[in-house]
Amino acid sequence: MTTPSAAAIVPRRGPDVLLWISLAALAGVFVRVHAFTPVEAMQGPAQKILYIHATSAFVALYLAFVLMAIASLLYLWLKDEKLDRVAESAAEVGLVFTTVVLLTGPLWGKTIWGAWWTWDARLTSTLFLWFIILAYSMLRGAVEDRARRARYSAVLGILAALLVPFIHLSVYLFRTLHPMPILLKPSTPSMPPEMRTTFYLSFLAFTLLFVALLRARYRVATLRDLIADRDQEAA
Amino acid sequence: MPDAIAPGALRAAWLVAKKDLAIEFRTRTAFLSALVFALLGVTIFYFAWDSTAVAASDLAPGVLWVIFIFAALLGLQRSFGAELADRAIDGLLGAPVARESIYLGKALANLVFVCGILAVTLPAVVLFYNLPMGRGIVALAGIALLAAIGLVAIGTLFSAMAVNTRMAELLLPMLSLPFFVPIVMSAAQSSARLMAGRPIAEAWPWLRILVAFDIVFVTACTLAFPYTLDE
Repeated sequence: MTTPSAAAIVPRRGPDVLLWISLAALAGVFVRVHAFTPVEAMQGPAQKILYIHATSAFVALYLAFVLMAIASLLYLWLKDEKLDRVAESAAEVGLVFTTVVLLTGPLWGKTIWGAWWTWDARLTSTLFLWFIILAYSMLRGAVEDRARRARYSAVLGILAALLVPFIHLSVYLFRTLHPMPILLKPSTPSMPPEMRTTFYLSFLAFTLLFVALLRARYRVATLRDLIADRDQEAA
Repeated sequence: MPDAIAPGALRAAWLVAKKDLAIEFRTRTAFLSALVFALLGVTIFYFAWDSTAVAASDLAPGVLWVIFIFAALLGLQRSFGAELADRAIDGLLGAPVARESIYLGKALANLVFVCGILAVTLPAVVLFYNLPMGRGIVALAGIALLAAIGLVAIGTLFSAMAVNTRMAELLLPMLSLPFFVPIVMSAAQSSARLMAGRPIAEAWPWLRILVAFDIVFVTACTLAFPYTLDE
């Protein structure tokens, strides 16, 4: 097996510049959210959770999860270990962002809806997505052989992508047949320009953070496989 | 020698299913334990609620489907677990049959297994929870079959994966249960309508999800199965 030399993959030692930049961007957004964005008239300061909650949801669902599914599909086709590492990293970083969504959601819900949790379609779908990514991570940890681990997790990654619409559809149907007691159903009001700008900036910062974390996690996976190869050669 | 001709895909699947069912029929251990588990679950659940506050007919569908998926998991565990002994799976893979046929055969045997459990659990629930079931029982059996197909499609694939991992017994439920959510929901919701004596048309939106689930996942799992085998 031709393994690229460590130097080719592992960058020079030193701080992960991209990660620091994304953290600085995040701090900048934080300041803007609290100091330079107006407080929402109806919801008060609670509305500021939006800038974390919605952006994390976007990153988890539309970046991490989609990337995991696509990398899984491509892996089964091309059998390139890099794709497996991309899927692995996307899943793990996605798990973090999904956890953020599930933690910030109830905080916001309690103040606005009056309940920590409602079995709302999007909420429930996110919860099950979290369970699936968790199972995906457990599966990865439970298989020793690297090629087998890659194949198994790719299969699960693809099936999970097929499952999400079904969960969403059935939960949606469940909810519409049994209306939930929601005190105040938030409509989608058009945001004032300051809020919208903050929202977009937050999107950018979170996307940047996702890319930085993904890259860092991918490097860890590469190094781990590299060490495993070296150990195998030595043995 | 005419016997040496490789069987067709469906015939091969049938042979694999027959082999699994013969093993199960001669030992009967998995089936009986899954069955006793299901019946025990049905009775225990009855006492987990205040029967004066919640009508038995409201509980019944939930009880039926929750117990059913757990009992089915016991059977699914065994599906590929049995192939581990003496590396019997190698013999199966060495046979001149398509990998997809092995999957379909295994799934068929599991379908018979879970339908056998349902055939006892379903009347048991109707009996213990005093459900007024007339012709609805036929429609209920149809829903049960649809649910069983989806469940077996997912479970058979994950059983093949889970046996080769470090924590097979734990991993199979962890992988399968999120996938059983749409099945349990549609089966419970549609059978709740039937058990309440409502017309089948009210259950139709749920049945559509169930049928779509079956089509999508039987196809996807059949295609994915070869990737779960070691070359």
